[in-house]
Amino acid sequence: MNLRWDEFIITGDPLILGAQISIVLASIAIVGGLTYFKKWRWLWTEWITSVDHKRLGIMYILAALLMLFRGGVDALLMRTQLAAPNMELLNSQHYNEIFTTHGTIMIIFMAMPFLIGLINVVVPLQIGARDVAFPFLNNLSFWTFFVGAMLFNISFVIGGSPSAGWTSYMPLATNELSPGPGQNYYLLGLQIAGIGTLMTGINFIVTIFKMRTKGMTLFRMPMFTWTSLITMVIIVFAFPVLTVSLALMTFDRLFGTAFFTLHDGGMPMLWANLFWIWGHPEVYIVILPAFGIFSEIITTFARKTLFGYKAMIASVVLISVLSFLVWVHHFFTMGSGALVNSFFSITTMAIAIPTGVKIFNWLFTLYKGRIRFTVPMLWALAFIPNFVVGGVTGVMLAMAAADYQYHNTYFLVSHFHYVLIAGTVFACFAGLVFWYPKMFGHKLNERIGRWSFWIFVIGFNVCFFPQYFLGLDGMPRRVNTYLPEEGWFSLNALSTVGAFMMGIGFMIFAYNIYYSFRHSKRETSGDCWGTGRTLEWATSSAVPPFYNFAVLPEVKSIDAYWKTKEDGIETQQKKDYKKIHMPNNSALGFLMSVCLGIAGFGLVFHWYWIGLVGGILTLLCMTYRSFQEDDGYYVPVEKIQETEQKASAK
Amino acid sequence: MFHRLKSLVLFGLISLLMVGCSAPTVLKPKGPVAEQQSDLIVYSIIFMLTIVAVIFVLFTVILVKYKDRKENPNYDPKHEGNVLLEIVWTVIPVVIVIALSIPTVSTIYSLEKAPVATAHKEPLVIHATSANWKWIFSYPEEDIETVNYLNIPEDRPILFRLTSADSMAALWIPQLGGQKYNMAGMETKLYLQADHVGTYKGRNANFTGDGFTNQRFEVHALTEEDYAAWVEDTQENAPELTQAEYDLKLMIPGSVDEMTFSNTHLDWVNHVKNASYALEARERLGYINRNPHAKGPVPPLKDPSELEFYTNPESRETETSDSNQGHGGHEDHEDMTQDEDMSHGEGH
Repeated sequence: MNLRWDEFIITGDPLILGAQISIVLASIAIVGGLTYFKKWRWLWTEWITSVDHKRLGIMYILAALLMLFRGGVDALLMRTQLAAPNMELLNSQHYNEIFTTHGTIMIIFMAMPFLIGLINVVVPLQIGARDVAFPFLNNLSFWTFFVGAMLFNISFVIGGSPSAGWTSYMPLATNELSPGPGQNYYLLGLQIAGIGTLMTGINFIVTIFKMRTKGMTLFRMPMFTWTSLITMVIIVFAFPVLTVSLALMTFDRLFGTAFFTLHDGGMPMLWANLFWIWGHPEVYIVILPAFGIFSEIITTFARKTLFGYKAMIASVVLISVLSFLVWVHHFFTMGSGALVNSFFSITTMAIAIPTGVKIFNWLFTLYKGRIRFTVPMLWALAFIPNFVVGGVTGVMLAMAAADYQYHNTYFLVSHFHYVLIAGTVFACFAGLVFWYPKMFGHKLNERIGRWSFWIFVIGFNVCFFPQYFLGLDGMPRRVNTYLPEEGWFSLNALSTVGAFMMGIGFMIFAYNIYYSFRHSKRETSGDCWGTGRTLEWATSSAVPPFYNFAVLPEVKSIDAYWKTKEDGIETQQKKDYKKIHMPNNSALGFLMSVCLGIAGFGLVFHWYWIGLVGGILTLLCMTYRSFQEDDGYYVPVEKIQETEQKASAK
Repeated sequence: MFHRLKSLVLFGLISLLMVGCSAPTVLKPKGPVAEQQSDLIVYSIIFMLTIVAVIFVLFTVILVKYKDRKENPNYDPKHEGNVLLEIVWTVIPVVIVIALSIPTVSTIYSLEKAPVATAHKEPLVIHATSANWKWIFSYPEEDIETVNYLNIPEDRPILFRLTSADSMAALWIPQLGGQKYNMAGMETKLYLQADHVGTYKGRNANFTGDGFTNQRFEVHALTEEDYAAWVEDTQENAPELTQAEYDLKLMIPGSVDEMTFSNTHLDWVNHVKNASYALEARERLGYINRNPHAKGPVPPLKDPSELEFYTNPESRETETSDSNQGHGGHEDHEDMTQDEDMSHGEGH
């Protein structure tokens, strides 16, 4: 690709210039800060090379929050552009780039990593394990995700962002119709991050199947572990489809093949099918763990066992199967025959049945409970009515004959934001607040938490509810402006107000992290909410030591920790410690991912020699790793005693 | 909790009021296709509102009743299941899904054919081709072509044959009926009909890049006499479209004003059979689609009158047949649509 220097770095747009300046300033501040406080070694040994699942989880969550901020700013720019007819804040190209990156970032680099972060922190604790099955792989997964995300993110200042929508429909995304490096960023950023996700899937399936503590049978596993397990199974089945599809499109763009092109007999609609064969299960990858989080929180603060535990598991399994049978509902309008559309209409509507069962089970978990309205509980409760609104409109969309009128409109936009925000984002916030003391040793402030909750949730409804009506009134998605006579002004303006309220809610949430770090009381008890039910609350101190459990717990029923409290047994009382085997830290995961990132960056610009160098370095890292003899190490009994004493002295 | 519900309901009402003065476009159908869809939508909304109401009421009652208080005699931590209840809330959704599936499936099938009321009339066939970022409408029987507007007779089914010259688009005229995709190298069919004289908005509903937002058109539904008069007038007075003009004005990405011609581009290309025609035309004319962030002057297009392709028809023939061969993969599809046509004809 022959690029001039001023095409390589994007110039001439004040918004992007502002972003460039702030990126440079932030980088200088980070590097300066780390150097001034002499934290480089700490960062390297404690975090970057760490294989501790809790630290990796925290890094996932931090990265996801960063991405939520980026995706949120994109959203606010779009909503400002649409606030009034004929607005000229963003031109068409810029707007297209922004909604493309907004969608991709929110799904791939925000929702999924946020949930994987929570899964990383919590699942090993919930099943009474000391780490995941493959700790090094876990570190590598994180870094490939992070490098993929960063590669995707630099696109808007270097070379230009993709602008063909997050679904990247062909032939729009071909070289002929989307020239420039933007689309390559999409392909390679997702490809690199996708590798990490697939490895996480394998890692957690093995972890959950093989590393459960004594007595933790499958039907004693907490709901969050169950939903995580099913999610990981979906990942393992769905992600290879994405990997192959992305590779095929990369070949089309870089090497002139014709899988999805207009010329030489390519089949553009094949891409749409492949994309949604991955893309629809992906929706459930980001919603099922959320269901698990809500189950944990609702049982904890209603102080009741989950109603219909086995029915809940059955619904999750059924949903995961159905999720692979409905992809055509994303393009009922493709002109497939009436029989095909009828089949996919019915399978799609059928998903509402297990989902409905879950909603009623949650309601009846609350029934006869003693409900405490803590901040995580508020998020979990707000999920129910909002998700129901998103769900019923989903059923409306599933009716193919009616979908011809909703497809590609704001009705659809509103529907998927209602399910993804009320489902996934509320769950991320709820889970973060709920497990925050487990990760950082103090709670988030409840009063500030309430403020951020109410402003966000009201803003969310103000933003998205009017969009149902905009859709019915004929407003298509992805338009960058509209005419005054189309009559969409008032609802759009209202929607924009709601979007800014959500932004304010998020800022308050972020402020709460800072405020609580400074002012919150430090937790001394592992069971900081007082009504914890599952094993993560049984660890010795507020922040679990790196080996999680000094003595692995034994499980006798579901809600294992609740049961031990009921029976009056103190789990950590036993003092006959044994030495604990733990894995060593490794820099290879980080290095390998950076090499992959270099290869990806080279390919984005068709600079094949850089791609080759990056690829060879990656292979060298893999070769080195495969010959490395690393059996980990043993934590001596004295060290355990010392750690446990320190914890109980708090 | 009440607080939030109240605000929810309030915002719902405000939005309803604002739109309520005039029902949203999709629920103001002006033809039998849109009417069937509108009926189905209203039918489903009734079910959905019922479900929402049941859950919201149950939710509110439970939250109020089981809020943590000093005295809470109803607290029962052992309460963890009830098979009968679970069967009830599995069976009811099953019934609802069935109740929604039956009209959905019957409407899906009915939309594949011309509307029942006018099924005895021969449908008017219009080829609707999307090209970045314009709409090209060809009336093969009348041998006329319009760009970015559409004239149709009222009370007669219109059979749209949809295709695209480049990126995938979707033809959508909300008041006449739902959308379908336009895809290069393929053909989809869409029946629409207007029952009332008037002007309706149509547009591309599927994102196609830079000029997508402005890819709109107007549909004028005329009385049969007016329509016939317009056709006659166009056949006599509208200019002829040449292939050079077609390539230069319509195949190069960009927006154009409304145009009318007294012949159709089907004389030299059908994009259903030739998916790469637009790309080849762009290459012929020296159009370079640049990185949107590229700077510097845009290279000018070649003058078609200086290209052998346009001046010497013999060179053209060989070239087109070559490109057709490249698309052997779509032949099956083509045959299929022809077969369908025949059976359709027999049906009348």
